[in-house]
Amino acid sequence: MAEFAQFVFSGITVGAIYALVGLGFSIIYNASRVINFAQGEFVMIGGLTTAMLVERGVPVPLAAAVAIIAAVIAGLALEKLAVEQAREAPVVTLIIITVGASIFLRGLAQVVFDRNYHALAGFSGEAPIHVGGATVVPQTLWVIGTAAALVIALWWFFGRTLLGKAILATSYDSLAAQLVGIGTRALLSLSFGLSAALGAVGGILIAPISLTSHDMGVMLGLKGFAAAVLGGLGSGLGAVAGGLLLGLVEALGAGYVSSSYKDAIAFVIILLVLFLRPTGLFGRRRTERV
Amino acid sequence: MRGPGQHLPGLSRQLPRPAPRTLLALLLPPAPGAGRDPPWLARYRGLFALALAMALLPWLLPNNFFFGVAILVGLNAIVCVGLNLLIGYAGQISLGHAAFFGLGAYVSAILSAQFGWEPALAMLAGAVVVGLLAFVVARPILRLSGHYLAMATLGLGVIISIVLVHETRLTGGPDGMAVPPLRLLGTEIVGARAWYWLVAGALLIAVWLALNLVDSPLGRALRGLESSEVAAESVAIDTVRTKTRVFVISAVFASVAGSLFAHYSGFLTPAEASFPRSIELVTMVVLGGMASTYGAVVGAAILTVLPQALTVFHDYEQVMLGLILMLTMVFMPKGLVPNLALYLKRRLP
Amino acid sequence: MSLLEVSGLSHGFGGVAAIDDLSFAVAEGEVLSVIGPNGAGKTTLFNLITGIYKPARGHILFAGREVGGLAPFALARLGIARTFQNLQIFLAMTAAENVMVGLHRHLDARMLPALFRLPWIARADRRAREEASGLLDFVGLSELGEATADELSYGALKRLEFARALATRPRLLLLDEPAAGLNASETQAIDALIAKVAKSGVTVLLVEHDMKLVMGVSHRILVLDYGRKLAEGSAVDVRSDPQVIAAYLGQAGSSLAQPPSAARRPPAAPPIDVSGEA
Repeated sequence: MAEFAQFVFSGITVGAIYALVGLGFSIIYNASRVINFAQGEFVMIGGLTTAMLVERGVPVPLAAAVAIIAAVIAGLALEKLAVEQAREAPVVTLIIITVGASIFLRGLAQVVFDRNYHALAGFSGEAPIHVGGATVVPQTLWVIGTAAALVIALWWFFGRTLLGKAILATSYDSLAAQLVGIGTRALLSLSFGLSAALGAVGGILIAPISLTSHDMGVMLGLKGFAAAVLGGLGSGLGAVAGGLLLGLVEALGAGYVSSSYKDAIAFVIILLVLFLRPTGLFGRRRTERV
Repeated sequence: MRGPGQHLPGLSRQLPRPAPRTLLALLLPPAPGAGRDPPWLARYRGLFALALAMALLPWLLPNNFFFGVAILVGLNAIVCVGLNLLIGYAGQISLGHAAFFGLGAYVSAILSAQFGWEPALAMLAGAVVVGLLAFVVARPILRLSGHYLAMATLGLGVIISIVLVHETRLTGGPDGMAVPPLRLLGTEIVGARAWYWLVAGALLIAVWLALNLVDSPLGRALRGLESSEVAAESVAIDTVRTKTRVFVISAVFASVAGSLFAHYSGFLTPAEASFPRSIELVTMVVLGGMASTYGAVVGAAILTVLPQALTVFHDYEQVMLGLILMLTMVFMPKGLVPNLALYLKRRLP
Repeated sequence: MSLLEVSGLSHGFGGVAAIDDLSFAVAEGEVLSVIGPNGAGKTTLFNLITGIYKPARGHILFAGREVGGLAPFALARLGIARTFQNLQIFLAMTAAENVMVGLHRHLDARMLPALFRLPWIARADRRAREEASGLLDFVGLSELGEATADELSYGALKRLEFARALATRPRLLLLDEPAAGLNASETQAIDALIAKVAKSGVTVLLVEHDMKLVMGVSHRILVLDYGRKLAEGSAVDVRSDPQVIAAYLGQAGSSLAQPPSAARRPPAAPPIDVSGEA
């Protein structure tokens, strides 16, 4: 039983990160119909920048703030300089642009930092805590707590504020939104910035648990995308549910079946869900009027 | 200067007879007023140009290393031509095609290395296995659309890739496995030059098949269903069956290319089936130009050669690669070949 | 015998009945128009007949055979073709290619012959091109075969969709608002086209709001309102039916309630009165 609790905590922890990355995918998808393959790189920027700055003696909160700002700048630059320039292009082209951006950002990180792994100390130390039969490091609670707080903040933002609702309106029908005076361009930038910030926070949170490096974004981006799709692309609730589910399946699969096949198990589950629910757990079915 | 076709064990090639007038007619569109081409010539003109380019290329390549790069270009091009049928013409996305490439490679490698099969037969078996797998998964996967389809193909690719890494007994795991050379008509195909001609021939066949498919009722059905599935259904096109067919054929193209790669390189690792490889393949197709068979070849060529060329930038190689990709797609959103074609159409009378 | 027979058809969306216990029949060779206010269920009816929706209740018989719920491509194979209210043209292809796709059911669509371009594929392609040319002439788009569809005007695209539907060599042709968005002369052209098609033996089921077109070209009219049949009969009967006038056409004495004058009658075959026939 203690083992089960251990796996569950491990799964929720990594699942929370997947949820944050997945939310980033969904927000950008809603704003622009684009799958941002550079999402994982925002995570990397957050984690690696923080780690490198802390190594040079910068206090963690300041380093984290700088890292988030760096990621947001990257996100805004991606939107302004690339996505917006190719506004009229087919979606596949835009996706490849984000692929190029991810290669660019990874390469930049290599140059600015280096190719090594870097560790970051846990925010509240490493003394293990016992929760519900499991033994976890304090960082686990940081991850889960911060992610939960962010999700609640986003729920409030999209559901209760005018700006958030404007973003949602734009995602349902961009032209109609423009016609009622919503500045869709600005909202697009905001969406990219927000996604970048979410990714960066995820990277900062996970850094003490898993090592950071210039290519840590590849797998995390992939898993985040999987989480977003699993939950239903464009659905915030879906991204969160998808992320947690993915994390849990991975941890339980690794613990009870086989750790080398954990990713395969996770993807089999995803495929099964998609076959049964072709638009993900909470995805909207797109109807076409003929 | 040693010409192509000589000194090659067991392999010779018929080159187009260099009669200047005929060659020109093969390569250039007729002057205005000079009448129309027979349809086969209009359709295959690019193919002749490609054949000529591949025949002449060896003169330009200084040493075996460059032949090696050319071979890789050719193999990637074969995969991309098939993938382009799926992405560019049928409008379906696949983020797992490297898995078909890798699976074809491994089936061929395992059958020939561990079970003593004749490599050519092993290749065929690989194509059959991959084709069957693609057929079986096509129906449930192709019911999905857009990004959900992308995710499903991605998932499939990752699953296959993981199996290849972890079934160490069969595949040798992440450290890879050795692959016996290919034998055709009793002789072993070894050496960069021999392989160059083999791959060039295979690419020509692949392009020929693709061109035929595009200009056929099935090809038009594909292009139609990409524009509007509901309209395609309304003219009696079984969209599910059509999508399945093109999915399978693109998987088989990848499998054959993978098998050829295995026997050429003599050594195989699971990295060939990885997710980044799949992304690379999609990037080649989109960069070169979707819905353009020659675009797929161009895209494969550029993205195979570019990383080599960019090593001059040392640490900045990835930065430059990413930058070039972004700039190209921003300024040529349809891909290189279609955008260049549009540009030329506007400039020339 | 009726070519198309609908009986007890019902279908709804989330509690709203789009079609409610609808029954009617279309005789072979006739032109039946379906009219009614927006939201009356006309396009839903079309979507049910062409297999886009599976009927919740009721039957659809085509040439005596139950076809309700079959997949759209299967219905197309049986000889039911349609055009769409929101144009579904293959914009990336040329006009001729659009029509050639319509010929799909009559061509060899197998993979292997296509890959190797076996001889009959090339021959069939040539014949297909010729037939496509002929159909483009039929709808009045003669010189535009090689133009890419996205370069054509709206009116031309509506006619192109017509040609593509005809390419399937249908027994029953469903036209969903063919005159929508067209000006008076373009509408007349469509009118003439529909009459030509009907004369060639194709049964036509037409949804339209343009009453002049409807009155001029139809043999019979079916009036829907809130998914139910309001009236069915010849143009004369329907025009003077008080329920129809109240719901849709306007008060007696308005221009729409008057028979079209000789001057305004479009150059088409006059409607044959088949009232009384099932």
